[in-house]
Amino acid sequence: MTVQLLAGQLLLGLINGSFYALLSMGLAIIFGLMNVVNFAHGAQYMIGAFTAWFLLTNFGVPYWAALVIAPLIVAALAMIMERLLLRPLSNLDHLYGLLATYAIALIVEGLVRQRYGATGIPYDSPIKGGVHLGFMFLPWYRLWVVLFSVVTCVGTWFLIEKTRLGAYLRAANEMPQIVESFGINVPKMITLTYGFGAGLAALSGVLAAPIYQVSPSMGSNVMIVVFAIVVIGGMGSISGAIITGYLLGIVEGLTKIVYPEGANMVVFVFMAAALMWRPDGMMKSN
Amino acid sequence: MSETALKSSAAAGTAPAMLSVENLHAWYAESKVLHGINFDVREGELLTLIGRNGAGKTTTLRAIMGILQKRTGSIRINGDELIGKRTFEIARKGIAYCPEERAIFSSLSVRENLLLPPVLKPGGLTEEEVFEIFPNLLRRASSQGTKLSGGEQQMLALARILRTGSRLLLLDEPSEGLAPVVVKEIGEMILKIKARGYTVLLVEQNLRFARKVADRHVVIENGEVADILTAEEVERAPERIQSYLGV
Repeated sequence: MTVQLLAGQLLLGLINGSFYALLSMGLAIIFGLMNVVNFAHGAQYMIGAFTAWFLLTNFGVPYWAALVIAPLIVAALAMIMERLLLRPLSNLDHLYGLLATYAIALIVEGLVRQRYGATGIPYDSPIKGGVHLGFMFLPWYRLWVVLFSVVTCVGTWFLIEKTRLGAYLRAANEMPQIVESFGINVPKMITLTYGFGAGLAALSGVLAAPIYQVSPSMGSNVMIVVFAIVVIGGMGSISGAIITGYLLGIVEGLTKIVYPEGANMVVFVFMAAALMWRPDGMMKSN
Repeated sequence: MSETALKSSAAAGTAPAMLSVENLHAWYAESKVLHGINFDVREGELLTLIGRNGAGKTTTLRAIMGILQKRTGSIRINGDELIGKRTFEIARKGIAYCPEERAIFSSLSVRENLLLPPVLKPGGLTEEEVFEIFPNLLRRASSQGTKLSGGEQQMLALARILRTGSRLLLLDEPSEGLAPVVVKEIGEMILKIKARGYTVLLVEQNLRFARKVADRHVVIENGEVADILTAEEVERAPERIQSYLGV
């Protein structure tokens, strides 16, 4: 094993980890407040990427504008979905929310596949060029993805763990009726939180578009890994989701060196181990 | 503390009704729990809802607060109807609720628990004023809320709702599960709160505690009002209320 190979895989793992962290953080936020396992998260990620591509090809909206517009559109759609579909199920078992969001994911993915086909659509990178690090060529765009992901994750963690709004969210997770008795509109807060989580998924989708191409199955491909990360990090734990997202991205990258065939399953080995020895997750949920 | 000092001002007897409950019926799913409750709480008054376990006292508070949504009749605060309103809308009308289980958030520190409720009306107590009434809480401000003793948790739950500026406080069995010396302390806190002009609707099973703080007692039995007695009536003939409670 050469140092170049190791460093290269570390960096690639960090890039994948950036997406895992962003996506698992959104999932953890939604689960933390709503106790909904949002199976539509992958579809929201994919719609984010498709929205960016659609805006560019039909209206000439550049990547930088799409980075703001696409998450807002997806968040608005998600809030409608929360009001119409998830809220009526909120008093039932968690399984109903999971099944409802899974149905939405399959419907959305099917409709997009029907309209645009199954093959990936290229999306030009908005940042050209890169830097030779000696052991690998690092495109500037990938560096931007890592930095943007870190800033977004830290910012979101700060918002939830260190601000008054975050205290409302954490308290509403424990006892929503009591928080509502303080005069806080908890149903509205839940709708906005779902929109925020879905918006984060869409943001990841726009970031991913120039790297992975835009395809209907891009969400379902990554979501099963992201679910595993949320379980390992601790269901509902924001910091757990972020740290585990980056770590497992790197572990996945390093596994490609020592046992390439195992790279796709290493995350699930960790998930099985976590469920056996630490079922509350690496960082127990608040 | 003398018995006389513990009693409220005479003004409460003539003050206008702040909260009016008329013909209140409420259900848990299909099971009817309240069968036409009627009473008023006057401004500045401390009124207890007293009765045996399962009589419907807590349900009455939950119905007023909108936590129990399936209810009919009329509940008015300063003339505004609360039936049909959501809990957060009711709270914004100036009603604060302290539940029986205290509801201290384990994910928040004592200070965070205290500062969590937003100020809804002018006149809410500042952090300093709260610590003046509840000095114990200042010493434990950075502890995790649920690490406090039962009495301290009760004080925190009381202190928390004073910050909102709401003038009507619904307190559900604040003496529940506490040692007699702590119950006495909580009683003194409640009287201090009342002395600041708050109106209090207190659910209690502990008659001794209720007698020390209340202006009037509404006896609830089987989801109905069985009797309404003033503090003076209870002092003259305590057996009247004791017979309802089986003590």
